[in-house]
Amino acid sequence: MALIEAKKISKIYETGEVKVEALKNISFDIEPASFISFVGPSGSGKTTLLNIIGCLDKPSSGSMFVNGTDVAALDRVRSSMFRGENIGFIFQDFNLIPVLTVYENIEYPLLMVQNVGEEERRKRISALLKDVGMADQGNKFPDQISGGQKQRVAVARALAVQPKLILADEPTANLDHASAYMVLDIMKKMKKEFHTTFIFSTHDPKIVGEAEIIYTLEDGELKKRTAVKKSKKAKGGKHA
Amino acid sequence: MRKIFKIAFRNLLRYRRRTVLTSSLITFGVVAVLLFVAVSGSFKNLMIGQITDSMIGHLQIHKKGYVSSIDNLPLDLSINKEGIKKIETVLKQVPEVEAFSPRIKFGGIYSNFTETTNIRLNAVYPDNEFKTVPQLLSRLSDNSKKTLDPGEIYIPELLANSMNVKPGDMAVIIATNKDGSVNGKQFIVAGILGSVTGPGGRDGYIHYDDGVDVLRMEQAETHEIAVRLKNFEELLNIDAVLRNKLGLPSTGDKAAKGDKDSKGSKESLEVHTWEALSPFVNIANMIDIMSIFIKVMLIAIVMISIMNVMMMAVYERIREIGTIGAIGTLPGKILSMFMVEGLCLGVAGSIFGSIIGLIVIFIVNTLEIQFNFGREVFIINASISAGDLIGISVIVIIISLIASFQPAFKASRMEPIKALRHV
Repeated sequence: MALIEAKKISKIYETGEVKVEALKNISFDIEPASFISFVGPSGSGKTTLLNIIGCLDKPSSGSMFVNGTDVAALDRVRSSMFRGENIGFIFQDFNLIPVLTVYENIEYPLLMVQNVGEEERRKRISALLKDVGMADQGNKFPDQISGGQKQRVAVARALAVQPKLILADEPTANLDHASAYMVLDIMKKMKKEFHTTFIFSTHDPKIVGEAEIIYTLEDGELKKRTAVKKSKKAKGGKHA
Repeated sequence: MRKIFKIAFRNLLRYRRRTVLTSSLITFGVVAVLLFVAVSGSFKNLMIGQITDSMIGHLQIHKKGYVSSIDNLPLDLSINKEGIKKIETVLKQVPEVEAFSPRIKFGGIYSNFTETTNIRLNAVYPDNEFKTVPQLLSRLSDNSKKTLDPGEIYIPELLANSMNVKPGDMAVIIATNKDGSVNGKQFIVAGILGSVTGPGGRDGYIHYDDGVDVLRMEQAETHEIAVRLKNFEELLNIDAVLRNKLGLPSTGDKAAKGDKDSKGSKESLEVHTWEALSPFVNIANMIDIMSIFIKVMLIAIVMISIMNVMMMAVYERIREIGTIGAIGTLPGKILSMFMVEGLCLGVAGSIFGSIIGLIVIFIVNTLEIQFNFGREVFIINASISAGDLIGISVIVIIISLIASFQPAFKASRMEPIKALRHV
């Protein structure tokens, strides 16, 4: 069974009398434990699509099933709960909570969203900090670490609740290449370890090849689905 | 919940200057209210104490209709010997009554053989009077005699100053009795009484037997019985008890309640608390109203400052709200995060305000600040009850929560997608 089933998704933004069709009749399926990239130029609809998959926005028409749930039909509170249980987010600007330390940022969704017990929290956070190479940075605040480190913390935060799906909107846009590939390597490693599906949007052609499947969007339409060969992935992976 | 408090506390520290300014404003408001309540309360209590302890007593019993014509000091509205005896019996039955003093009240002419003037007099049994209004003795000038024997008179300070009278001088009191005959008697001035605010504050005093003599009473009559209670806080209860025992209607109750002990005196007497006898009660009520207004101002200060700072906090953290909303924080939790922040401001303001307020009250008392009120000088002795202290703090905390609610609710209702787009 597919983790994500998108059926004829359209999204129209209305500003006064002006209507902008951000997504046009898009359909696709994504299997569990995939590493997916949505590519396309700015304004092609990548972020809109990720927002709909992530229950942050609703389609104007069509249906979006995530893990068997029609996310478009969820009300505000239920969609919050669904996100908290099933979806992790990685943002372009990292979006760490500035008043919390690295450790506390990763702890936040465990404590405030999933209400996980203290012992379990400590165990998971220690493992994640080690996985993302931040084991000795737990007590630092976000303004005391670099951009690459912040995004690694964001990845750890997204993974903390052990979601089935992680959505990353331009996760490497604010990073240099070395940091970008480091973050992508961590994401791939985590995908293997936790069987989590990673979907990220990007318009950076150099990191596009890191994905297993690439969906190309243009003017709100899904133009192409490309399965990337293993050898190319390996090549891309060594870039870092 | 601990995490929510931690986040709230750190967010307050994040905008340190703003937090300090807002907390200072609330602290200042709390200090101002505490100081006002303490000083005005002490002034009120001082005045009530002076009025009840040096003139009126806590309660008074009169013949029905006497109080409404008290300015004329009507001699015919007196309680006869039998009535006095019955009232005394009732008063002795009530253990909460500490002392009582029967008074003959009349107006007369005071003469020092060269000048004359009007004078209002109370004829009293000195021992009873001093027990009922213990501060009367403290009103006497230093060179006054502290006992009042038959043939002696205490005269008010104003009269003594205007007629240049001093203790030991001779004087004559001339008065008309209820039958219309005039009589006079010679007295020695035993003391000069300092004036105090309120009715009876400028009256003279003679011995009860002299009052009977001057007014040529065939048998002792009394116009007023002043009563002192052991516990002033029990005033209203004892008022009701006395009314019941004397067979008088309770306050606001027109139906008289019969009592075996009070036959004969039924409906012929009146019992009044000091509040019904002294116009100072209006000033006391005004002080209470002013306290309410000051508290309303504090509420406004807390409400506006916390609402303002919380609205700013929400506006500045829209993207953060979007982030925590996106990762699954429920709206109720977002609401509580911001409400706790406002609550922390209120709690900090009330704690600091209470501590500083108590220190300021202590300093005011240490400095013994004098307050001139006409001819009288009061030393401010401010005090605040634990009830007032807790009450004001609770008001601040509740208002903090109310003021935080609107911004917190706004934050909780934000769509994560819109909040994340906010620049």
